[in-house]
This record gives sequence, structure tokens and C-alpha cells, in this order.
Amino acid sequence: MQRLEALIREASLGADEGEAARQLQICNACRYCEGFCAVFPAMTRRLEFGHADIHYLANLCHNCGACLHACQYAPPHEFAVSLPRAMARVRGKTYADYAWPRAFGALYQRNGMTIALALAACLAGFLALAASSTGQLVGRPLGGDFYAVFPHGLLAATFGIAFGFACVALGLGVTRFWRDLAPGRASAPAAREAAASALDLRYLGGGHGQGCNDEDDAFTLRRRRFHHLTFYGFMLCFAATCVATLYHYLLDERAPYPLLSAPVLLGTLGGIGLLAGPAGLLWLHLRRDPAHREASQDAMDRGFIALLFFASATGLALLAWRDSGAMPLWLAIHLGVVMALFLTLPYGKFAHGVFRSAALLKWAIEKRLPSHVRLSED
Amino acid sequence: MLDVLVIGGGNAALCAALAAREAGASVMLLESAPKPWRGGNSPHTRNIRCMHDGPQDVLVDAYPEEEYWQDLLKVTAGRTNQTLARIAIRASSTCRDWMRRHGVHFQPPLSGALHVARTNAFFLGGGKALVNAYYRSAAALGVAIRYDAPVDALELADGRFVAARIGAERIGARACVLAAGGFESNREWLDEAWGANERGERPAQNFLVRGTRFNTGVLLRFMLEAGADRVSDPTQAHMVAIDARAPLYDGGICTRIDCVSLGVVVNREGERFYDEGEDFWPKRYAIWGRLVAAQPGQIAYSIIDAKAVGRFMPPVFAGTRADSLAELARALRLPEDAFLATLARYNAACRAGSFDHTALDDCATDGVVPAKTHWARTIDTPPYFGYALRPGVTFTYLGLKVNERAAVHFGGVPSANLFAAGEMMAGNILGQGYTAGVGMAIGTGFGRIAGSGAAAVALEGELRATA
Repeated sequence: MQRLEALIREASLGADEGEAARQLQICNACRYCEGFCAVFPAMTRRLEFGHADIHYLANLCHNCGACLHACQYAPPHEFAVSLPRAMARVRGKTYADYAWPRAFGALYQRNGMTIALALAACLAGFLALAASSTGQLVGRPLGGDFYAVFPHGLLAATFGIAFGFACVALGLGVTRFWRDLAPGRASAPAAREAAASALDLRYLGGGHGQGCNDEDDAFTLRRRRFHHLTFYGFMLCFAATCVATLYHYLLDERAPYPLLSAPVLLGTLGGIGLLAGPAGLLWLHLRRDPAHREASQDAMDRGFIALLFFASATGLALLAWRDSGAMPLWLAIHLGVVMALFLTLPYGKFAHGVFRSAALLKWAIEKRLPSHVRLSED
Repeated sequence: MLDVLVIGGGNAALCAALAAREAGASVMLLESAPKPWRGGNSPHTRNIRCMHDGPQDVLVDAYPEEEYWQDLLKVTAGRTNQTLARIAIRASSTCRDWMRRHGVHFQPPLSGALHVARTNAFFLGGGKALVNAYYRSAAALGVAIRYDAPVDALELADGRFVAARIGAERIGARACVLAAGGFESNREWLDEAWGANERGERPAQNFLVRGTRFNTGVLLRFMLEAGADRVSDPTQAHMVAIDARAPLYDGGICTRIDCVSLGVVVNREGERFYDEGEDFWPKRYAIWGRLVAAQPGQIAYSIIDAKAVGRFMPPVFAGTRADSLAELARALRLPEDAFLATLARYNAACRAGSFDHTALDDCATDGVVPAKTHWARTIDTPPYFGYALRPGVTFTYLGLKVNERAAVHFGGVPSANLFAAGEMMAGNILGQGYTAGVGMAIGTGFGRIAGSGAAAVALEGELRATA
């Protein structure tokens, strides 16, 4: 019976999951990497690796690279263990398999194309719209009055729908993922620990706090710091939008806001983070040891990084030139980029944050439960 | 002229190179392997046995010098050198801060290894992470590092090192540290050493090498032929029983089979041959390589039933599985009648007790030879699993005699500028037997001694030359 179940599970594993399972079997017999991150302690609670286990562990993996450089079974060893890459491939499948609607999962396969098309369409749309409402994209200064180009209601509706859709799509996807992980209930300490691990990027610390690997076996904190700039920059920009919304509806104060107002300050600060962070991440990505990258995902990784960078760059440009005649042009470009970012959120690299957070929460719950595996020596 | 030449690229060589460089010497390190395979057997290691008189970061409790020494005395059955052993033991009590300074991180014991939480400090990420850290530190300190540099001969003059040769290339230095490993991956030499047994078999032909393929003993043989004094003998080695399906080289830790003490082990004839429950497995794993080597065909089979599943480190290869013992015998190609008779005798001899794998429990056999003195439970619950075992050589003990300064000897006279460290001299302390983490303790302790000694000799020579 047990064998039958194992056979069914094995049969249900695709090539990528099967390869990850093969490597995990080796890792579970070795365990030297246990101190690096959560993947290995989670692995040791298992003797076999089914579909849900593999997708859980793959999303728990932060692709720090430490285990590859420390691996006595890494290529050229015949066991050819390269867990960061195997896990990256499975993550690609997670995002596609759990995408909602499912048919859209295919967008991950050609993610560079997806992003490029979304960007082109959104830019064209907003430029055309701007041109038709103002007559020309560069003309006399409008005193920073964005709503003279696009009515507030139109912006609120289109971006609200796009963002709402992204939330629903990602929410439905991660809910299905969560159900497959069957994690049980999250206690408050577990939730706190998972949130802290996510917000601090604890597992880009290497277990010793000196960071993760970039181009070689040396540890650096560069990736962790650039990711912090990116994430917290993004959150500040998001906060700027929220505050502006409150100003608009509650205080009846309309954009443009003064330079020293909360929305502009938050947005500027966030924008700077969102410039420096993605620029750094892209630089690191280009330098990364190819052995811990999955090359077929380069377009997804770099496309998302580029979108974030351009969203910030165009936003800051818009701020700089909002009182000039070029404002409608910059506004259309900025809104086009942001719309492309929103539309591709559920079908691009952004998904990693959602699935990673779910995996971290699962780990925080699981580690508090007794293990089924009882090694005699312990 | 180069001050110190270090020949070898594993833990002992790196410790020697770092210590020599710290002492102010110019240092070159020659690793015979290409870069991806650097480090000798060290990438397969995971901890160092450390003396300590009280709790120290990852080490709990105390492990005093005397207890450490008694442990060594026991596993080597007296084939050791007390002076050198105590030097290595004492060095192990102070080396970890030095290791940390060169980028090594420690962690609490790995799962399945809590039994050594008191005695052994684990490297975060294992031995390859340690080797990487040392190479980074060496490069940062200005040690010249060459890969693909297999030294095949030395130029010696009256017991003094003059130069090393890589083919036609000659590299001179004021002093030299030999840390190029044993001869465990030289299968011809192993075969020659083990010869033929009473059954007419050549046992070494069935050995697997757990470690690097690059420790072929070229330099060791050169030194012995050049008249260097020797220790131990060529059949002595750290040898464990590993999965018979392991690769010929570099199978490392994951090919271990940890269920021996939970079941029985039979040989090719279906007979038991040793007490599987003599002591905790970590204290016994190092004798099973030789036990299996003494069996017909140098093969044995660890047999467990469903009760043992999940209670030992998961093996890298799935076991042979069967729903009856007869089916298992057929699947393992063991003589069915003999196997079933052995198991029946064993099962009948198991006395009821309270099974506790974390203690030397009272589950023992009564009236069967050999006895199983602990953890003896009947093997009667399907599914059954069998794992074929082969001897796995980790490293050989035949080595160069050294003194407390790690100086190589010729005819009882220590060389002025030629030192040895690591596997090439571990046999001074480990004449036979093994206990976890002691190889790294010897390599680290004597690596640093050899390196600083070589630097002192070289810098003194430099001073004389300029005076």
C-alpha cells in the first residue's frame, strides 16, 4: 500500500520535481548544510519527498547559493547536486502551476515576452490617452495638474481594478498552494517568526549572518541589502499612494502635493530605494555564479527588476518635471510602466514573495510540531 | 627565494600555509587536483574533536585532555605515540579561535549527531565550506596557490629539502611542508598491501574509496624510498562499512549505512559474524570496514525490519525491500536456507527487554553466537530491508615518522627543514582504529606546527643569508 502511494506520487512528479527529489535524497543522507537556512532542517523532518514537500522546500529556498559552494557532491561530482538550481526550476513550476486563472500560468514560461508586451501595450495606451485628452504630449505647463491629463476617476478605476485583480489572482494561487502544504494552524509566535524572517531576509544571512554567495564562495550582505532597499522602497511608494488617497478622499486635498508633503516625501524616499535596490540587484544578478542560477529564468528575474527600476525612475522624472510642459509625457510613461508592473504582478517574479512567505509560515508552524522522524541517535 | 613550500591542498596543508604566512614567510601552496576537486579529503569532513575543560560556544560540558587521550588509546589499542597525541589534543583546545579568524564557522551538532555534541565541533556547511574559507584567507594573505600541480619528486640533500619537482619544473624553497595525503586512492598500492587472503581472494579489489581520487601517495612513496622513517603499516586505515553501490571515489558521508545496530548483519553465506549491538554505532562504525573486509567476497548485508524505519539516518540509496525474509534472501542473492536459519536462531535468542536506542539497553540475545548485546529485537515485521555493505577506505595510516615539531626523520635524525602534516603523518598517532573528528584535530594541530616551524627555519636561513 505504502509502495503504491509512493509510486503514484513519484509518477505525479514532473521532471523538475523528480530531479529535486533525487538531490534531496542525497542531501538528507549528508546534512552538512543544516546550519545555512530553513530548507535543510525542514528536509530532515522527511524521509521521502512528494509533490507538496518539494514545492514547499523549493519556495523556502532563498537561492542564497551557500549549499552549492559547500557541497561535496556538486558537479563535477557524479551525483551532480546543485540544489539552488533544482529549487529554482521547481519554483518556476510552482508559480505556473498555482497561477490563477490556470491558463495564465503559461505567461511564466515566456516571462520576458510577457513583461515586454505588457509594457508596450500600457505605454501605448497611456500615451495615446494623454495625447487625445491634451491634444499634445509636450505643451504649455499645466502646473502639475495630473488630472488635467487623466481624470482622477479614470486613474482610480483602472489602477484599482488592476491592483485588485493582482491581489485576487495571487491570493487564490497562494491559497491553493497553502492547502496543498497542509500546514495546520498558525500560532501567533509562528506568524511573528515567519514575518520577521521575511521582513529581515534572515535566510540571506548564511546562518552566520555574513550573507550569501554572489559570484564565488565568499559571503556578502550585498544581496540582502539591495533587496531591502528594493522591498522597503516599494513599500514606501505604496505608502505614498495610500496617504495620497487619504488626502484626496478624507481631506479633499488634490494632487499635486507640495514637495515637503507626506506623499511626496514618502514617494521620493521610496523612489530612491527603488532605484538603488533594483540597480544593485541587477548588477549582482549579472555577476552571479551561473551555477546557482537557472538561466531560463533570467528574463523573469531581470524583467521584474527592470520594471521596478523604471517605475521608480519615471516617477522621479515626473516629480522633477511636473511643472514643465513635458509633464503629460512623463505622466503617461510613468503610468504606463506602473500599469505594466501591476498587470504582471501575478505572472512574474513578484510571486516569489507571496509563495516564499507562505513557505516561511509553514516552516514556522512545522518546526513547533514534533517530528515524525525519530533518529535513534538523537 | 621562496621561504615555505607547502605540498598538498587539504586542511593540514592550508593550516600550514596560513601559519607560515602569519609568521611572515613567503608561501606557495601546490594542490595536485584541479580547483573544483581541491582540498583532498577535507571537503568530506564535518567536525573536529576538541578538548575543552568547560562549555565553549557549540561544545557542551567538558572533554578534558585525559579523557580524550584515553579515547585515543582505546581506539588505537595502544598503537599511538603519547607525546604527539597529547600535542594534537592540546592544540585542539585552542585552535578554534584561529580557525574562526580564517573564516571557519561552527555550528551545534547536526541532526543525528547529538552524541558528539560534547566532543566535536561541527563546521557550518561542512568541510568544503572550511576549505573554501581557508583558500579565501590564504589568497587574501598573499599565499601563492597553484592547482593542477602534482609534485612527483623532491630534491633532498642529507635529509634537507632543496626543491620540489613537477615533471621538469623545479621549485626551490628554504623549507617545505608535506601534506599531500595518504595513498587511499592508489588502488594498486592497496592491492599490493593487502595481498591475498586465506581464501585466495585479493580483498582490496573490493574496497571503495570514500574520499578523494587524488590521494595516490606519490610523494609518500617517494619519501619512503628516499629513506624517510615510517610509521604504522599499509593495511591500516580509517575504514568504514559503506553502501556497496557507492561510487568508487568521493562517496563521502552520504554512503554510510547507519542501521547496523538496529538489525543484524550477515555475510555472503547468510551467517552473522559480529555483535551488531556492541556499542553505540558512532563508536563502532570505524571497525566495520575491516570486519566486512574479512568476510568472503568482502561484502555483508545489513538487515532490518519495519520497526527500524525512520530511526536511523536515511541512506542515499533505497534499500532492497521485501515482504518476507525468504523474498529478501532471494532479492539479495543470499543462500535462502542458511539466511533463514540464521534469522530464526537470532530471533529465538532475542530476550524481552525495554528497547532504548539512546542507551545501552537490556535487549540482548541469549544463546546465539555471536551474541548481540544491545538493541536486539526480533526481525519479524515486514517490510524488510537489506543494504549491501563494502569496506570504504577513508584514509590510510602508513606515514612518515615525525617528532613534536612535525619534522620528518631519516634514520632517526629529524630533518632541519622538511616537515609533514595531516594524513602523511597521522599514523604516528593513529596506528590503527579511528574516532570521529580526530583526523581534523591532527591535521589542524600539526598543520599549524609544521607551518610555523617551516617559517621559523626559513626566516632564520634568510637572516643568515643576509648577515
